Amino acid sequence: MPEQWTVTLRIYRQKTNEPSRYDTFTLEVNPDEYILDAIERVWAFHDRSLCFRHACHHSTCGACGMRVNGVEKLTCITTIRSVARPNAVLTIEPLRNFPIISDLVVDMGELYRKMEAVEARAVLPITEAEIEKPPHQWKTEDSQYVRLSDCLECGLCISACPVAATSQPYLGPAPLAAAQDHRLDRRPDLLTLIDSEHGVWRCHSAFECTAVCPSFVDPGRRIMDLRKQTISAKIRHFFGK
Amino acid sequence: MSKPHVVIIGAGFTGVAIAHDLALRGCEVTVIERGDICNGTSGRTHGLLHSGGRYAVKDKESAIECIEENKILRRIVPQVIEPNGGLFIALDDSDLSYAEQFIAGCEECGIPLEELTPQQALKIEPNLNPRLLSAFLIPDGTFDPLRLALAFAATAKHNGARFRTYAEVEGLLLDGQGNVTGVRILDRTTNERLELHAEVVVNATGAWAGKITAMAGLDAPVRPTPGIMVAYDQRLIQRAVNRLNEPGDGDIVLPQRRMVVVGTTSFDAENVDYIPVVEEQVKLMLERGSQLIPAIRNAQPRGIYMASRPLVGSGSGRSMARTFKCFDHKETHNIEGLVTITGGKATTMRMMAEKTADVVCAKLGISTPCTTRDIPLLSYRQYYTVPNQEKHYA
Repeated sequence: MPEQWTVTLRIYRQKTNEPSRYDTFTLEVNPDEYILDAIERVWAFHDRSLCFRHACHHSTCGACGMRVNGVEKLTCITTIRSVARPNAVLTIEPLRNFPIISDLVVDMGELYRKMEAVEARAVLPITEAEIEKPPHQWKTEDSQYVRLSDCLECGLCISACPVAATSQPYLGPAPLAAAQDHRLDRRPDLLTLIDSEHGVWRCHSAFECTAVCPSFVDPGRRIMDLRKQTISAKIRHFFGK
Repeated sequence: MSKPHVVIIGAGFTGVAIAHDLALRGCEVTVIERGDICNGTSGRTHGLLHSGGRYAVKDKESAIECIEENKILRRIVPQVIEPNGGLFIALDDSDLSYAEQFIAGCEECGIPLEELTPQQALKIEPNLNPRLLSAFLIPDGTFDPLRLALAFAATAKHNGARFRTYAEVEGLLLDGQGNVTGVRILDRTTNERLELHAEVVVNATGAWAGKITAMAGLDAPVRPTPGIMVAYDQRLIQRAVNRLNEPGDGDIVLPQRRMVVVGTTSFDAENVDYIPVVEEQVKLMLERGSQLIPAIRNAQPRGIYMASRPLVGSGSGRSMARTFKCFDHKETHNIEGLVTITGGKATTMRMMAEKTADVVCAKLGISTPCTTRDIPLLSYRQYYTVPNQEKHYA
């Protein structure tokens, strides 16, 4: 028999034109289940009015980002065991820094507009993907293959970012990381946007984005590198190159 | 003259592709979805862009549909696809004896294949089981499920289709003779109930199709057939890897971002709203998957999930065809205003939509032909950035 725990989900609720509240649901769970499984069971068996977003259930689509006890998590890959113990209360809230549509669902349109503005790559040559192999180990014939980029566009980094909380026009971690991935020497047209007051200099280097990223993008490091790229591009520009 | 209004229930692959097709043919389209895009079976699909090789021996109709649509999707929505090909590998004598039928089936269905020696296969995929006996390279691919649907939805929205997500259909509007004239919905974001009138209602709810037809007092021949998928935390391959044999459990391993995903199984289920994970099936995926890619044993599970295929017809599980059926309930039950589409596969979503839109357009007297095979889709991100247009219908 799998291990059984009792846990209580304390879920943020918000319907249009109604005050927000928290509803609690006490469930028997297998601690190796994912948070999303427990939330889906709340919807299936306890409260059909609960709204939450989810699709792939294995961290490729980025739909199910939420805050679990105040920390941004992709709930489809977060086991109950990793954030709780028997009889724990788990507070489930929507991502911050986005308008709430209903309950746990937020409107991420602004993030997608910014990803479009920097023309973030959805697929890239496999030899440019920062996975286990260092670049020099790829063979030339490998370059014909592509893979989906690591960034799931899940919004966790925007929710965790202390600057995004106060400055709505700030491009934010995922779009800046996508700009870094382009490299400004290949895409000098992005310089004006990146070098603007809402661009790469607005970051406070808190690295909260890197701490919560579920998909190895490491936006904090990429933003620091994008600053170097920006300075290089401006120096090149100064010398007319 | 106002455009005819079509309500599509379900924003999985089928529903969003029908919305795209009908918007281009001049219909006023509203998509109703109780959750968000792809929250049911479509989101939880394995992500294999089928070449048709899997079905080339026993289910040629599906195989031909797959290879044709595989080529089209590569062209119209490259933003969501890893077009890196796939391998069928033989590990024992039974696999080897399947090779002859496999080659003949692929040739008959127009699926290009190239035989590789074990050494050649290991050179391009070093994590394959080193004891493999033979390998065939075929044009499989992999895709991101949600973004695939969003790209269709974005393009549909751009062309005027409206999406009402978090809206649950509570009933069908019926005239005195049982014909369907619209839907009654609950907007789950506001708890408001409203009625939408439509010339045609399309039931694109997949494994849930029977719930909608029951609202009109009809049966639907849909058999929800769930299967498990297990994602592991290492990207060990760059291509789809299939076992060279008749379709069975855990015989496909796919790359997906920094993971590999092993699938799947096939069993019957009653309540498809929540299908619990079965521990024995998780073990089976590890056992079967690691026969193809032994290094899976060194990886950790990252996501474990169940998805419910909407198979149509009789028989059970593996023996049922993977093709699709579109029912005009005027023809099957003399009920006007309702069309049900179910069955099929993610790979054939565009074709399913074309056939369904043909049926809907014939009912509405629209003669505009389907154009979706040649129209590149907009960025999936535009689903979120293009606003819903004001409604024009009554």
